[in-house]
Amino acid sequence: MTDLTELGVKDIRDGIASGDFTAREVAESFNAAVDAASALNAFIVATPDHALAAADAVDAKRAKGEELGAMGGVPIGMKDLFATHGVQTTAASHILEGFSPQYESTVSQNLWDAGAGMLGKLNLDQFAMGSSNETSYFGNVSSPWRKEGSNAAMSPGGSSGGSSSAVAARIAPAATGTDTGGSIRQPAAFTGICGIKPTYGRCSRWGVVAFASSLDQPGPMARSVEDCAIMLGAMAGHDPKDSTSLDVAVPDWEAALSSDLTGKKIGIPKEYRMEGTDQAILDSWEQGKAMLKDAGAEIVDISLPHTKYALPAYYIIAPAEASSNLARYDGVRYGLRDLPEGAGLQDMYAATRAEGFGDEVKRRILIGTYVLSAGFYDAYYTQAQKVRALVARDYDRAWENCDLILAPTTPTASFPLGSLNDDPLTMYLNDVFAVPASLAGLPAMSVPAGLNPDGLPLGLQLVGKAFDEQGVLNAGLAIQERAGFTAAPEKWW
Amino acid sequence: MTEYRIQGATGEWEVVIGLEVHAQVTSQSKLFSGASTAFGAEPNSQVSLVDAAMPGMLPVPNKECIRQAVRTGMAIEAQINKWSRFDRKNYFYADLPQGYQISQLYHPIVGEGSLLIEADEKHGISEDKTIGIERIHVEQDAGKLMHDQHPTMSYVDLNRSGVALMEIVSKPDMTSPAEAGAYVRKLRSILRYVGSCDGNMEEGSMRADVNVSVRKVGASELGTRTETKNVNSVRFVMQVIEYEANRQVDVLESGGTVDQETRLFDVATGTTRTMRSKEDAHDYRYFPDPDLLPLVLEDDFLEDCRASLPELPDAKRVRYETELGLTPYNARELTHEVETFARFETLLGAAASIMGKPETKVATQVANWALSVAPGVVKGLGEKANLTNSTPEAQAQILAMQDKGEISGSQAKEIYEIVLKEGGDPATIADEKGLKQVSDTGAIEAAIDDILANNQDKVEQYKGGKDKLFGFFVGQTMKAMQGKANPQVVNQILKDKLG
Amino acid sequence: MSVDKETVAKISKLARINMDDAALEQMVPELNNILDWVEQLGEVDVSEVEPMAAVIGNAVTLRNDVVDADPKTGGGRREDVLANAPAAEHGFFGVPKVIE
Ligand SMILES: [Mg+2]
Ligand SMILES: [Zn+2]
Repeated sequence: MTDLTELGVKDIRDGIASGDFTAREVAESFNAAVDAASALNAFIVATPDHALAAADAVDAKRAKGEELGAMGGVPIGMKDLFATHGVQTTAASHILEGFSPQYESTVSQNLWDAGAGMLGKLNLDQFAMGSSNETSYFGNVSSPWRKEGSNAAMSPGGSSGGSSSAVAARIAPAATGTDTGGSIRQPAAFTGICGIKPTYGRCSRWGVVAFASSLDQPGPMARSVEDCAIMLGAMAGHDPKDSTSLDVAVPDWEAALSSDLTGKKIGIPKEYRMEGTDQAILDSWEQGKAMLKDAGAEIVDISLPHTKYALPAYYIIAPAEASSNLARYDGVRYGLRDLPEGAGLQDMYAATRAEGFGDEVKRRILIGTYVLSAGFYDAYYTQAQKVRALVARDYDRAWENCDLILAPTTPTASFPLGSLNDDPLTMYLNDVFAVPASLAGLPAMSVPAGLNPDGLPLGLQLVGKAFDEQGVLNAGLAIQERAGFTAAPEKWW
Repeated sequence: MTEYRIQGATGEWEVVIGLEVHAQVTSQSKLFSGASTAFGAEPNSQVSLVDAAMPGMLPVPNKECIRQAVRTGMAIEAQINKWSRFDRKNYFYADLPQGYQISQLYHPIVGEGSLLIEADEKHGISEDKTIGIERIHVEQDAGKLMHDQHPTMSYVDLNRSGVALMEIVSKPDMTSPAEAGAYVRKLRSILRYVGSCDGNMEEGSMRADVNVSVRKVGASELGTRTETKNVNSVRFVMQVIEYEANRQVDVLESGGTVDQETRLFDVATGTTRTMRSKEDAHDYRYFPDPDLLPLVLEDDFLEDCRASLPELPDAKRVRYETELGLTPYNARELTHEVETFARFETLLGAAASIMGKPETKVATQVANWALSVAPGVVKGLGEKANLTNSTPEAQAQILAMQDKGEISGSQAKEIYEIVLKEGGDPATIADEKGLKQVSDTGAIEAAIDDILANNQDKVEQYKGGKDKLFGFFVGQTMKAMQGKANPQVVNQILKDKLG
Repeated sequence: MSVDKETVAKISKLARINMDDAALEQMVPELNNILDWVEQLGEVDVSEVEPMAAVIGNAVTLRNDVVDADPKTGGGRREDVLANAPAAEHGFFGVPKVIE
């Protein structure tokens, strides 16, 4: 029998449905794989019992001939930003260490309702702030990938680095991610997997620890476009508890998948040719064009004039929202409390937050606090929101000439852990290609395009019109079929 | 009008007052969560995960709270903003779980409006005055801290956390404690007419932040103001102004400067003091709440709000004067409070139908009864008065008998007194207790003939021009009739006989 | 615009994050790098746009006024609300004594 951990969402679901193997066998295989992969530090906590219970429920249903659900019997990894009832939820921070939610996030509940089970809570950059998974209180996550001829631990990307590492290492067939400014797409690109950030509002934010509310959006990370389509369908849906949740029907993306792009126009934004971008990335971009053309699409040059300003605007808006969203971590109702001898209330806040937040989180809270403070609000925040409007308008105008946009996901491939963290700014530049779609709330996906000369994965990004996840997935499928990306990291853990 | 002035050592000072009234919106559930707003529940028993600001919780606005804010805005003829949005006011405090209050700074739901305070000598307002209202915005209430439960800890109860408030911000248009008092009473009355707030200041449903500054009479520059928070009665609002104005004058005249600061009112001493917890200068870092999209009001929603507005105090007062012909005083007194006009209008209806007359014909009699006669009797009885006996029907009957001349004013009071004490049907009471006045001319004429016969001398003097004596004859007649003669009839017969 | 140590100290106080001198010293250049970099936004002509107010949808949806309509966002769950509290007593959250 094939190694079950080699299978993805679709194969597991269908294999269980057709009786090739049981959900329990699948859960046990992945639980074992998770157990054996502690060197990756992808999980903060493992929840084998949750996976087994869900599996047994699915096997029982099958015995009774009942519906198994869109994710029936698929054990997944849950980014530790999603509140899970009775299971520690930390956002990879010390300030939430030991926090046991008395509620279940809408997205995770949707997945359980679809028959999925949980292998554990995945590591991430603290409060989803980071692009390398080096800001977690629970330690760095290692990518399963390594440069040819090197043993240096590589970054799995961030903030969904536990997710990307686990899926790439085959210790989870799929995982949830969240994307605020590239946190699904950049880690997916770094680890040779697929990840899609749907239209803002497709997936409920209720029960997801907030980073930047106007940007945060959950999405699936898996090894194929089909698996992303299936899992996104299970995650998405209108939620009255989130007033920014879109009240629109969820299409059957899986059923409508088609790599025939006849009649589709693919825009190539000239502004994405930035210096500092690896030649290998530019080459894969060219190959991507050829693949989409081969799939029947027409390639057109477009302009997104404000691209260059998206990242600085993001680094005002996101920290501003974060500085306010993270004010609730004050040591009063949950989480860490640091109460020095004789401290008053305000001293307790300052001590608790100093002790509970990591450096990057503090840095962003301080930036956010500064740009919102008296006298600076208009110069920074208002200006940034105007630029954001211009970035969104760039896309509106682009859609007059194309249906989808193809661009690299990142300017470089993965880098060794520790190689960038002396300079925050260089780290931020990782998301230069990912952030514009986030500011505009558009669906965007990263699919593996190939390996660079160092043997590290590269990703291509597809951005679609609002609500057009189908278009994004279909183009992703066209690339997947043609790129034939089958490379897998060599097991060293 | 009589200006409010403070006589300082260096001259006369005037006071400038602005009020920010926080009114709890009448709603079943909170502004952004489904938790109940009921008063006086067990600590933290009406707290949702949203109100406790658990990680990942999100606000969803309550339609009824928006509707009530809009109706209130319409009641003060204010600009209603069809596009508004919620902002976050960021600060750290134990009663504020999110670390920010969701409020409206940049785009409030209600813009400029105004409110009229009527001339009212009783309350020291010599002429009508319009007070400008800057804005009304909707925001979350905070939780409650208890400081005396534990030696080293304060306790936090979040039941109130997230309850909807309207903050009604006046312009600095008030210049005396009396005006401020009248403003709060009038605002309270409007809120209760509209039904958007129960106006119950004891339970904290209405609290005022009192902004006070002083300046030399005639000065154009405003002085530095202080804001005294959460003052929860009309009397206290007036006390705060009285105290603050004098304190600031003393400070300024002794060469000091007034700090722009937040102060607390001490009910026990009637004084104000700096609020220590708010000492450190604030920078609230307001910005639009990214969890909430803009609030857009549709036309049909606005029409529903307008259609559901009742007749408001000013309109009702004018109608009472013009249609019902009541005196300005009566009209005002009857329209202050919802309960008062409601009681009046039921009694008016009952009286009119029993008498078979249009309301306009009996309104004045009913108004006088409702405002002075009846309350007088009740007051006189004190404990012994059982108000449940005082039904509109009983009172209407009494008024009808008086209107027919069957009973005199004093008999009406006596009958009402008995009704209040023992209950029963006024007509029967009148018969049994013989509380009726004689209008039968025969009996009265006989009595008068006697009196005139026995007082020939006075009759002569009267005819000789001593008009005053008429009163003497009336008195004698009433005496002879044991006070039960209908005075009009007595007068008439005497006039005829004395020629 | 750039920040000095005093400014960073002021911001950290506003954000309620204790920072010792060393931490402040280290933070100053880091913040200034980022602030210098975002300065470039000043170049953008924004004369004819309004600040972005909504991403995809453009108006908030309102909820009906029903108590505990959805238990997930309703009250009456004191145990859940207090379950993770560092100091809960007699149904209250406990904090160091506050003088108002
Ligand atoms: Mg105020
Ligand atoms: Zn307020």
